[in-house]
Amino acid sequence: MNKVLLSCGITCAMLLAGCGGSKPPETAKEEAAAPASAPAAIDEANAATVTGKVSFTGEKPAMRNLDMSANPACARAHAGAPPKSEEVIVNGNGTLKNVFVWVKAGLPDRQWPVTSTPVELAQKGCMYGPHVIGVMANQDIKIINDDPTNHNIHPLPKINQEWNESQPPKGDAKLKKFAREEVMIPVKCNVHPWMRSYIGVVNHPFFAVTGEDGTFTIKGLPPGKYTIEAWHEKYQTKDIEVTVAAKDSKTVDFEFKGV
Amino acid sequence: MKNVWLHRYAVLWSFCTLFLVVAGGLVTSNDAGLSVPDWPLSYGRLMPPMEGNIFYEHGHRMVATTVGLLTIGMAVWLMRAERRRWLRNLGWISLAAVVSQGVLGGMTVIFMLPKPVSIGHACLAQLFFSTTVAIALFTSESWSRGAQMVDDAGAPPLHWLALAAAGCVFAQLALGASARHQAIGILPHVSGAVVATGMVLWVSVRVLMRHAGHDALRRSALALLSITFLQVFLGIAAYMSRLATADAPQPMPIMVGFTVAHVAVGALTMAASVVLAIQVLRHVRRPLAEMQREGVAITSA
Repeated sequence: MNKVLLSCGITCAMLLAGCGGSKPPETAKEEAAAPASAPAAIDEANAATVTGKVSFTGEKPAMRNLDMSANPACARAHAGAPPKSEEVIVNGNGTLKNVFVWVKAGLPDRQWPVTSTPVELAQKGCMYGPHVIGVMANQDIKIINDDPTNHNIHPLPKINQEWNESQPPKGDAKLKKFAREEVMIPVKCNVHPWMRSYIGVVNHPFFAVTGEDGTFTIKGLPPGKYTIEAWHEKYQTKDIEVTVAAKDSKTVDFEFKGV
Repeated sequence: MKNVWLHRYAVLWSFCTLFLVVAGGLVTSNDAGLSVPDWPLSYGRLMPPMEGNIFYEHGHRMVATTVGLLTIGMAVWLMRAERRRWLRNLGWISLAAVVSQGVLGGMTVIFMLPKPVSIGHACLAQLFFSTTVAIALFTSESWSRGAQMVDDAGAPPLHWLALAAAGCVFAQLALGASARHQAIGILPHVSGAVVATGMVLWVSVRVLMRHAGHDALRRSALALLSITFLQVFLGIAAYMSRLATADAPQPMPIMVGFTVAHVAVGALTMAASVVLAIQVLRHVRRPLAEMQREGVAITSA
């Protein structure tokens, strides 16, 4: 019996040694990048705009059908038209959808006011919508379950605090936020392994996600020289530098090539 | 009559534990480990809706609970019915192991799959299954007939070889678990397969060539050899299916099937190597010990 107790004690000690990994929320919050200087509002009178599109060249990859048979409620939501993976969506005009475009470098060192309007992330038909979203650090993300089935929302950040929570069918919306800039945070549902979305968290409001026409618009930029980055989940990133003057309007186009 | 039923219970317990290993493999391969975010309840209940991957995760918990209860029964039965104190102690050790497994499993959920805990959970599962098989052996009729001693004439000593083979198989399992939980790459596990298979071949062929007439040794060696060959092929199939489905948006049935089979047969390989080592330790007489008993002077070369 003593040997049994000793074995249990050793096991518990090993368990404690193997625990942890994720930073506690308090630590993540304390280390949250708080840019120096006074809070700044966007100077609309002198603000510049960067627009552009993200093109796709090369062979368009065929997206696989998703097998939702593991959950009849999910399969019924797509009866007659099996959904496809959203990893690469090439629009009809040859542009890419779901590209996260953001100002990676060049902004003045100031604290940008956080938008109070939450960004919605819906679970409908056992798919995330939108597939890619952008938020400011500490901006609310409103997570909605529109399905008649349970989901669990499991973001996989590298810098921010990881969490994993269930959400019942048609349950109350969840309000979550990430404290630190991180491009990009994958989100998955372990109940439905085909579900995948991405969240770009930045310290400022200068970002956009391309839609059905593959274009993006970033408004309100102070005059300066910037690095604009386009991120795609399969084709990774591309950076372009652009200089804008007061009230300027510049076009920055990205191109990703299929492999 | 009592011991026959104890042995049958031990066999049932072993089969249920193997089924639990399969259930656990299905959880990992389907990425279902965190589909139930709470523990020990599931979605706040004893029985959640078994939809999607909740089926695998909660199913695994249900099978684990069954094995836990069977383990309590085994420990108590051994305590009441067994005269061999070491076997009664082994029953309690197996109970401690299954409780530890439960705690480790809970920790994987609560702390969101920390790699050391997930790997520890996988490795302890293999050791626990081998323990159930060993107890089934110890309670068997063939074991009760006593040892049929044979001499070990070769080098290195067969005892050492058998224990080393079991150790290599366990190390290979640990490498596999580490790769599966993405703590290391696949290369150490593939390299380890060469070493483990080589050791298994060495000890099995040695036993079959020198002790083919010994039923217990022959059967144990043949079982280990055939299970290991199957395991190698399943490993190749699991790896190739993983490569072939690397771009798939969700775990594909062919990859899940081969991988889980590889995990389950890995458990059988471990158990078979443990059984062979036990049989060798029981039935094979060490040549040095025999020479000492006969009073032969030993001089160093």
